[in-house]
Amino acid sequence: MPVGFLPLIDAAPLIVAVEMGFDRAEGVALDLRRAQSWSSLRDMVSYGQVIAAQMLSPMPVATALGLGGAGAPLAAIAVLSTNGEVIGVSRNMAERLREGGHGFGFDDAHAAGAALIAAAEGPLRIAVPFPFSMHSELLYYWLTALGLPAPSALDIRTVPPSLMAAALAAGELDAFCVGEPWGSMAVEEGVGELLLPGCAIWPGAPEKVLGVRADLADTATEPLRAVIRALWNAGQWLNDPQSRTIACELLSRRAYLDVPVEVIDRALSGHLTISARGDSRIVSNFINFSHYTPQAEQAGWIGERMAARLGLDRTAARISAESTFRSDLNARTLRAIPGYFARPAAENRLFDEQNFNQPLVK
Amino acid sequence: MQRILKITIVESDPARAALIEEGLAHAGQYELNTVSDMTRLTAAIAEHNPDIVLIDLDNPSRDALEALTLASAPLERPVALFVDQSDAGLTKIAIEAGVSAYVVDGLRADRLKPIIDAAVTRFTMFRQMRHELAATKRALEERKLIDRAKGILMKAKGIDEQAAYALLRRAAMDQGRKVVDVAEALVTTAGLLS
Repeated sequence: MPVGFLPLIDAAPLIVAVEMGFDRAEGVALDLRRAQSWSSLRDMVSYGQVIAAQMLSPMPVATALGLGGAGAPLAAIAVLSTNGEVIGVSRNMAERLREGGHGFGFDDAHAAGAALIAAAEGPLRIAVPFPFSMHSELLYYWLTALGLPAPSALDIRTVPPSLMAAALAAGELDAFCVGEPWGSMAVEEGVGELLLPGCAIWPGAPEKVLGVRADLADTATEPLRAVIRALWNAGQWLNDPQSRTIACELLSRRAYLDVPVEVIDRALSGHLTISARGDSRIVSNFINFSHYTPQAEQAGWIGERMAARLGLDRTAARISAESTFRSDLNARTLRAIPGYFARPAAENRLFDEQNFNQPLVK
Repeated sequence: MQRILKITIVESDPARAALIEEGLAHAGQYELNTVSDMTRLTAAIAEHNPDIVLIDLDNPSRDALEALTLASAPLERPVALFVDQSDAGLTKIAIEAGVSAYVVDGLRADRLKPIIDAAVTRFTMFRQMRHELAATKRALEERKLIDRAKGILMKAKGIDEQAAYALLRRAAMDQGRKVVDVAEALVTTAGLLS
């Protein structure tokens, strides 16, 4: 079964499913196709070049709201990973933060956000990999909750991660929010420093999902359910600390991420190097592969936030967004796995104690 | 008379860009320009204000163009990916050829079709060339490995080239592997022993 992915740490469940044979154990063979952009993955799914693909969790939501692309409606049938994002700053901004007395504690979203806002000279220019991404949602939420007016003082723009080092070096950006290994690569190349992990803003935020055409999720034939089971097994395997050494080796291969093993280990262990001088921080639950069942209310939250930003009807957006996360299909399929027990749902609180599934404050 | 459509081609390779321009010139009269510096992509597009943007599906900068589909985009006019949903056929053909087109909303399909057709022809050609190049490179690499393995065998066993190749082939058949894999193993091992 052709499945699309982008060379990122959170493609791990797909890569592991193939390399460790979790797919064949469920009676399906995944044929992984590496893509270069999120938009092409979305189009490949819409137009049938692949059956399923790794997607940013807001992508099916955006499609449901008629944003981006003209293809078929999409559905998320599994959450591949939660968190794993990092926010980093340019070297210039890092200097200004230090002058302002920020200690780069890497765990306090209030302190880091307030310092970033205080150090801004004009609108904050922050790069994300895609307009419809958890990266954008986290940034908008985090900085506006701390009092930064958007969009007047917040300029979130799309920069492909491969061009980000150049944009940082050219002084076009103050900060960025990306998935690993790109944050660590920016540190390696000496163009940026890391400020905060995504899990400090919303622990348990659904980051990547497995997206398919909505009509395929509706019919939910056996091969698709086999994929859901295989990736669940891969996620369980990945969450076992014993698996890390092998997982790093698999991911670093040329056909997948083509990045040094040591850089991959940073994300999987949560032991991150945050500056070119070698300062390091340990983050528990930096990335997690076992909050696997999509939660409709999380999609609703994403949809409502997007609609509010773009001037769409928020109630309608919440309803159509919720229908894209197929909690039922996922949970029903997993129950067939011997020894499966439902885990408690992911943390539902944002850094400022706001419960994400309560209606948003006007 | 209809206004001449403005088309922006996003392509960092000048040779490829020239081929696409040439293809479009045959399809009709258009105002063409090429963006080759990906770091200036959105600025350049805002400057040209095109009706259509053509970009390789495999170009990582495509994601930056997605911002065009939002209301707050650098283009003043709303943009859709490809045509509207009623023309999914055209879109599918383009995607299969590896080209994506961002089109200003409301552009009539009959004005668009010759452009997409011309672009699809070129991109299909590129795709084929890319496959052929990869296949040729692989073949050359394999031949180099086999030649080196033959050389090692000839020196070690004092046999001629033909006998060395026969030996490699027999070993490959016995082990159910490809000749090139056996050759590679031999070259690696010899490298370790020398």
